[in-house]
Amino acid sequence: MLDIKTLTIAGARRDLDAKKYSSLELTKVYLSEIEKRDTESHSFLEVFKDSALAEAKAADERIYRDESAPLTGIPIAIKDNILIEGRVVSAGSKILENYIASYDSICTEKLKSQNVVFLGRTNMDEFAMGSSTENSAFGPSKNPHDTARTPGGSSGGSAAAVAGNLALAALGSDTGGSVRQPAAFCGVVGLKPTYGAVSRFGLIAMGSSLDQIGPLTKTVEDSRLLFEAIRGYDPNDSTSLENNAKSGKVIDGNHGRRLGVPRAFLKEGIQPDVLQNFEKTLSALEKAGYEIQDVEMPNLAHSLAVYYIVMPAEASTNLARFDGIRYGLSVPADNIEDTYRKTRGIGFGQEVRRRILVGTFVLSAGYADAYYRKARAVREIIKADFMNAFNSVDAIVTPTTPGPAFKFGEKSDPLSMYLEDIFTVPVNLAGVPAISVPAGSVLREKVMLPLGFQIIGKPEDEGLLFSIGKDVERAYPAPWRTA
Amino acid sequence: MSSKVDVAALAKLARLEVSKEELHKLENEIPAILAFVETIQKVSAKAPISKANLRNVMREDENPHETGIYTESLLSTAPAREGDRIAVKQVIKRNKE
Repeated sequence: MLDIKTLTIAGARRDLDAKKYSSLELTKVYLSEIEKRDTESHSFLEVFKDSALAEAKAADERIYRDESAPLTGIPIAIKDNILIEGRVVSAGSKILENYIASYDSICTEKLKSQNVVFLGRTNMDEFAMGSSTENSAFGPSKNPHDTARTPGGSSGGSAAAVAGNLALAALGSDTGGSVRQPAAFCGVVGLKPTYGAVSRFGLIAMGSSLDQIGPLTKTVEDSRLLFEAIRGYDPNDSTSLENNAKSGKVIDGNHGRRLGVPRAFLKEGIQPDVLQNFEKTLSALEKAGYEIQDVEMPNLAHSLAVYYIVMPAEASTNLARFDGIRYGLSVPADNIEDTYRKTRGIGFGQEVRRRILVGTFVLSAGYADAYYRKARAVREIIKADFMNAFNSVDAIVTPTTPGPAFKFGEKSDPLSMYLEDIFTVPVNLAGVPAISVPAGSVLREKVMLPLGFQIIGKPEDEGLLFSIGKDVERAYPAPWRTA
Repeated sequence: MSSKVDVAALAKLARLEVSKEELHKLENEIPAILAFVETIQKVSAKAPISKANLRNVMREDENPHETGIYTESLLSTAPAREGDRIAVKQVIKRNKE
């Protein structure tokens, strides 16, 4: 009996290869669920019904020949900033509302080579600027655990789709926490790979020194399977890591068990029961043989400030290409200056305009030294804090977020929204990998809301993150965990 | 740092049309964001102004693809085209206004 609530990629692989059901049947179940429930939850901006059915049939042919790859026939959702050739991709923005991708992203290409089924494109904050999907030009997505609350962002649609059983897994992108924070809010696993581990070719760029595509899945093992499928050196991405074949390989059980907690950094801003829950997870890990140490990372406190200089600067540069000339929205105007100004003024939403202006300021003559170049320098010492900590511990752990999913409209002041990223942002600045694993929950107005436990590793040490993540899963058994 | 930011000038640099109401709103919001990020001034004294640890990655300029194979798929996204060219309004003016 096919029960998508307890299904995982690993479980579906076994079932598909054992011919218990076909990819076509599985895909039809998801498409039917999306049709029944997604008008309400709005995880998807577009469902690729016809092509999904065709892809499922092609996957079934491969499965019946006993030639399946790990992800053959698996129904996956893709964030609206990852290009699929011939498909609309809009980055959650009106400026690209009807833009059709002229090529596949490398991640898309890799997944196509395994005959994955693409269910559709998921909702996101516009140009990945936001932590709730409230900045999507096409309306927000709802958190399946409490529909009065956001699913987080910017990969909120992807997280909500997986948590809501509208996709078996999803891809998102993470620039300052946009995979990990929605994963935490929705009670799913979210991985941000090492910078350079996954190609950014075909990902609509936000902050080029920060962006990584990452999987959102129900389990750590599923995260590993999807990561293995998308990672690898790509000559099209000049920041792609060469020789990253060793990422992801670790012998389960025989891994580093020294965990560092940056205690000083956790003193303020976390809701008390969230901190309590974090301590509970630490105790469970201690019982499982882990050693918990305090690590000093004195420059972590500057991470948000550095991020909100570097990221708007890079985003303002990356978004300069949207000018009404080569693609996307073009507002009729009498002259070229007005073409640019009106197209960008109308096509971009409020938060995007705000960040472009901040980015323009910090890069402008007379201010670039004080802001952008200084931020670059401080970024280096934040990175050094991580490398120093890794001299004495194998991984660093924090709560993924300072609190559970917040309500729509609750973070209307831009700065209060930015503070949501306080534990996730340092990771992107340092370029190291991090995973958020569901770990416990807290009660808010009679509803149990999930929380995430963040594990941060050394560059290319995703394998360790998966091993530790599995131990966290053992402390919090979920219905889909097989014995 | 002065807390007054010339948002209109920034909007011009960024080629962004901003309404009067939004300009007024941003004249409050942007200084608040800048005040928040200015905290790095305290740290920077200890950090050396870094040279970017980056290098250019280029491929060899050889083996071009067949002419025209991507033309249609790229041009099909252009808002205005003339034949095989993207149509653009006049950029350089011949006479000074």
